[in-house]
Amino acid sequence: MCLAIPGKIVEIDTKNQHATIDYGDGTKRKANVSLVDVKKGDFVLVHAGFAIEVLDKKEAMKTLDLFREMLSLGEE
Amino acid sequence: MIRVFSLKDKKLVNDIVLKIKEANVKLKFMHVCGTHQDTLVKHGLDSLLKKCGIEIGQGPGCPVCVTTPKEIEEMLVLARSGKIVTSFGDMMNVPGERFSLRSIKEDGHDVRMVYGIEDAVKIAEENPGEDVVFMAVGFETTAPTTGSVLYSNPPNNFSILCCHRTIPQALKAIIEMGEVKFDGLIEPGHVSTIIGTKPYEYLSKNYKIPQVVAGFEPIDILMGCWMLVEQIKNNKALVQNEYKRVVHPDGNIKAKEILKDVFEPCDIKWRGFPVIKDSGLKLKNKFQDFDARKKFEYILADVQNKKFSEPEGCRCGELLRGLLTPFDCPLFGQACTPETPVGPCMVSVEGSCNIEYRYKEK
Repeated sequence: MCLAIPGKIVEIDTKNQHATIDYGDGTKRKANVSLVDVKKGDFVLVHAGFAIEVLDKKEAMKTLDLFREMLSLGEE
Repeated sequence: MIRVFSLKDKKLVNDIVLKIKEANVKLKFMHVCGTHQDTLVKHGLDSLLKKCGIEIGQGPGCPVCVTTPKEIEEMLVLARSGKIVTSFGDMMNVPGERFSLRSIKEDGHDVRMVYGIEDAVKIAEENPGEDVVFMAVGFETTAPTTGSVLYSNPPNNFSILCCHRTIPQALKAIIEMGEVKFDGLIEPGHVSTIIGTKPYEYLSKNYKIPQVVAGFEPIDILMGCWMLVEQIKNNKALVQNEYKRVVHPDGNIKAKEILKDVFEPCDIKWRGFPVIKDSGLKLKNKFQDFDARKKFEYILADVQNKKFSEPEGCRCGELLRGLLTPFDCPLFGQACTPETPVGPCMVSVEGSCNIEYRYKEK
């Protein structure tokens, strides 16, 4: 139920508050974006037809480095 | 999956597992999310962690599973009275006291499966002469989607049967009931996307429970477990956020405002639990025109006064309270399978019995 899938916004229809989301596997579907502030090119997490959060690409890219750092700190 | 958000690093996984092993612990953790359980079982992390001294199990973290037979009966009664009833697919096969939405659909009633609430509104727009009711189940992840639709002026033949529930109050209840002891909690990433990390703080403060909000990749869960181990080793009880690429401390402010404006907390029963104080969401009066319980009060009156029992032999209640694993239930894989489910935990793809059956039993 709480499953949410990441996708990239390729087109926004601001009037209807809907956007076309590319899920990176060849699937594109419309989702409601009224719960988030987004622009074209943003990555969002989609649940039950709604984007529920904007994904932080920078944070995602540094996640594994952060984990490595935490593991080595825990060693001390 | 969009690649940048899919975290994979075999060496790092091995390093985390080694660290947990070296800590030489014997601990029990609970999580409350079907997607976490899926990752744990699918990738064999549950057995791996067990070898490292960590037992990890699912509590009441499946919205479909904790929906009560009474709520299912309300939908069945509405369908039998001629309404078009709509529901998430996961809910269709969940047995009420005797019947499910799917079984009465087969009897010819108008029950339609939808992907989300907007599909149900569309059905209402296409059928202006009919009443369309949407079964609004789900935790804080899903409730804002209901709120958002009610904001956008749906047609007046549309209403919802509100069955939304909230996680922090259920966690408090499970701790206070004291039946199950655990050393740490892995908090659900997508509920936390909406509510943030702050609503969990009182659990750490008042009950000294270490908590980590975690994502859904195998590496997220392992890292979450290691963070809990570290807290315990250092005698700490904090709320830590492993899923920073998605979850902000304040959550999704826009979604939280919608929740606050559309709903108010209410006491509600969870399947397998008694009534849990303030753990449900009901529609505020200004949205009562969309409240199926008010709109069709006369049709639902009999259901409100009826007592409901669980299916015979079903131990989903104890499972949802974290007291049992699927293998402790004599019906598991025998009388109860995904094809012939007795209880909700075997129906829902997020139920722990269904997950165990899919990956291990089959």
